[in-house]
Amino acid sequence: MLAKRIIPCLDVHDGRVVKGVNFKNLRDAGDPVELAGLYSEMGADEIVFLDITATHAARRTVIDIVEKTARCVFVPLTVGGGIRTVDDFRDILRAGADKISVNSAAVRDKSLISEAAKKFGSQCVVLAIDAKRRADGSFQVVLNGGRIETELDAIEWAKEAEKLGAGEIMLNSIDADGTKNGFDIEMTKAVASSVRIPVIASGGCGTLSHFYDVFTEGQADAALAASIFHYGELTVPQVKRYLSSRSIAVRM
Amino acid sequence: MPGFTAIIDYGIGNLHSVSKALDYIGIKNRICGTAREIKAADALILPGVGAFPDGMAALEKAGLVETIKSQSEIKPLLGICLGMQLLFDKSHELVESAGLGLIPGTVGLINTGLKLPQIGWNSLAIKKENPLTRGLDDDSYVYFVHSYCASPENPEHIGATCDYGAEVCAITMRGNLFGCQFHPEKSGDVGLQILKNFAELYR
Repeated sequence: MLAKRIIPCLDVHDGRVVKGVNFKNLRDAGDPVELAGLYSEMGADEIVFLDITATHAARRTVIDIVEKTARCVFVPLTVGGGIRTVDDFRDILRAGADKISVNSAAVRDKSLISEAAKKFGSQCVVLAIDAKRRADGSFQVVLNGGRIETELDAIEWAKEAEKLGAGEIMLNSIDADGTKNGFDIEMTKAVASSVRIPVIASGGCGTLSHFYDVFTEGQADAALAASIFHYGELTVPQVKRYLSSRSIAVRM
Repeated sequence: MPGFTAIIDYGIGNLHSVSKALDYIGIKNRICGTAREIKAADALILPGVGAFPDGMAALEKAGLVETIKSQSEIKPLLGICLGMQLLFDKSHELVESAGLGLIPGTVGLINTGLKLPQIGWNSLAIKKENPLTRGLDDDSYVYFVHSYCASPENPEHIGATCDYGAEVCAITMRGNLFGCQFHPEKSGDVGLQILKNFAELYR
């Protein structure tokens, strides 16, 4: 049976992991390569690097990190943040990433999804959607962590992205992000039940049961988390043991 | 003298991730795009992602079809993902097209009610003892990304399956020939063990 995936996300700024990572037995808490290896050993099903510098100069740094990680980590690796062109895709895939997530650039130019899917295959095109609730209960796509609003509806955008050739949707709730009050179950379910591609839920998890809820009621295929893992509040094996005890299929 | 594994380069698929995984477990390998290099190798890996007709067209364009067919009779060959599917007679992906015809069977869309492609970790059900799964537990998880799958005509050619709302052939084998529908190079320790097991076949 297909397992639900647990995905730690590492925010990388100028080649260093930010949002402080609080692990013992780590030589260098800011080294993305070492952290990716550690998470992989702990049973993370994928690793996501989110490049939050995303300036042109930082691109080379990220490529270097991806190359090093791909030499010692053998689970799928996704890289996102500031990906604008098909050439960006090519460079990062060639460095050893398996998937690329795109966000604002795809909103500005939808053909980025279709071009990349045609060139590299849908399996490596992940559309990241940041969304928040409108007063009327619908979900609005926003950019730059919520600072820029768009006219797009999250469900419609996910459906369109699937048609354009996206292979997965990474859905982040701006309202829930950082609250630790749980994933936005309603939004996750609304998107996951509208597309036939996997949905990775992101934003808001704080407890073990939040993972259970997003996989059952929320119908997510994978769950992404950052600080809860980095600060050691929960560990990947702990989350998996819990889910397994509640009859959710996970890779142990 | 230890030999090397040729990772066949026909312009399709992520050869480097396979190469990096082999490097990591200490298996000498080279990315090879010519018949001469492939003939010099001790074992072959045929990777590949994308659509079946494109894969066959790329193999033909690279002029490697006959070399792979003849070499597969005398040395171990492992097809990965699309590379596994190409070992079969034909596929119904997009248009009906012929494969390498090394294992009897066809490739078709996974007959499931679940989402396609299948993306993620699924557990293996080992159907028949085989060198690739040596030392692995039944129910070991491996990483899949595919919409199409092979249906070997002869059940003897099915090494392992996974359950994706349908029984999907995950490992195929026939003599020297092996295929993994999943990506061993992205399947953590289990995948590395499978690649080691493959290398044991010629060491």
